[in-house]
Amino acid sequence: MARITSGVACSHVPALGVASDQGLHGDDYYSPIFKGFEYSREWIEKEKPDVIFLVYNDHCTVFDARLIPTFAIGCATEYPPADEGWGPRPVPVVKGHQAMSSHIAQSLILDSFDMTIINEMEVDHGLTVPLTMMFGQPDEWPCPVVPLAVNVVQYPAPLGSRCYALGKSIRKAIESYPEDLKVCVFGTGGMSHQLQHERAGLINAEWDARFMDLLVNDPETGCNIEHIEYLREAGSEGIELVMWYVMRGALNENVEEVHRFYHVPASNTAVGHLILENR
Amino acid sequence: MSEEKIYNDIPGTIVFDSDQAARGYHLNQFCISLRLAPNREAYKADREAYIDKFPMTAEQREAALNQEWNLLLELGGNIYYTSKLAAYHGINFQELAGLMTGMGSTDYRAMMIKGGRSVENNRYKSEWEDK
Repeated sequence: MARITSGVACSHVPALGVASDQGLHGDDYYSPIFKGFEYSREWIEKEKPDVIFLVYNDHCTVFDARLIPTFAIGCATEYPPADEGWGPRPVPVVKGHQAMSSHIAQSLILDSFDMTIINEMEVDHGLTVPLTMMFGQPDEWPCPVVPLAVNVVQYPAPLGSRCYALGKSIRKAIESYPEDLKVCVFGTGGMSHQLQHERAGLINAEWDARFMDLLVNDPETGCNIEHIEYLREAGSEGIELVMWYVMRGALNENVEEVHRFYHVPASNTAVGHLILENR
Repeated sequence: MSEEKIYNDIPGTIVFDSDQAARGYHLNQFCISLRLAPNREAYKADREAYIDKFPMTAEQREAALNQEWNLLLELGGNIYYTSKLAAYHGINFQELAGLMTGMGSTDYRAMMIKGGRSVENNRYKSEWEDK
């Protein structure tokens, strides 16, 4: 049977993709961030997941205002990088795992999560930047990806508690998949940031640290953080952090935090990163 | 919506809720259309003819043509959409934040390098009344 062994939390700041693609990752501004992921690249090379289940949000790229699914799972064979306004990122096409995706979609729906199913989709920086941070610049991504897109653009995003429960259901789905595959779950986005209007630039390092502590050690409490707290304390775009709770829900109650990294800023955003192993 | 919008007391912040989304639908669809190169070229060739394909309000149309970034958000725009219009004008996310905050790019970037805008005195509109 398939099994989940680890989880990765990772910001998906578009500027980090640009820095990697344009070879700026060694400069004074970006090198502290890429250094913070050196451990992670070594770790994942040893961990060698067979599949990555990646929770992210689309930034009005595939789902513009016409269609806004709260939870949507990709069931395609591949996901090309999207043109977000300055040409597609020069990164490999993301390969899917159609059989596992379909199995998970079916299992989630029968477990009362009414998923939207996507059979054709391009993916934006929300999905490709975490891959870049974890794998660098390979010719091909080392394993297939099952993408789960969450609406965090139009208020309200799903509740943290609902994301956490979805994670638990994803775990059941993966553990009932008959092939012996090792799965790593990524929760992406965040941390504190506000991109809009006069309060843009908000960063709350203290809150971010508490958020990570709760996520790791007391997710039952942390998943009940209310939307108003995210908006006020972590900025209007900080609400992306609910997606980390999908990842956390898919892991054991007890996890070991093997790596934590935090840095301000990348463009307008606090970069946060965790690696958690099931215990 | 009958529910009280408790998030409306956050200063300098427009929460993109369903009311804002309804108000800004055509404006946002105009902005996101500029993600694609042929549309950017069409906009460049004749801005008024292109924008008139999107049935937005006269106020939204003027704000878009005049690049009034905060007003666009107040009129139903969302930052992930308006940033595409900004990109068309050669303005990146951080430069856009410099404009929206009135700080300018240099000061805004310096603030971010120093750890960003503190949440202290920036949680409630009442804290901004003296500004």
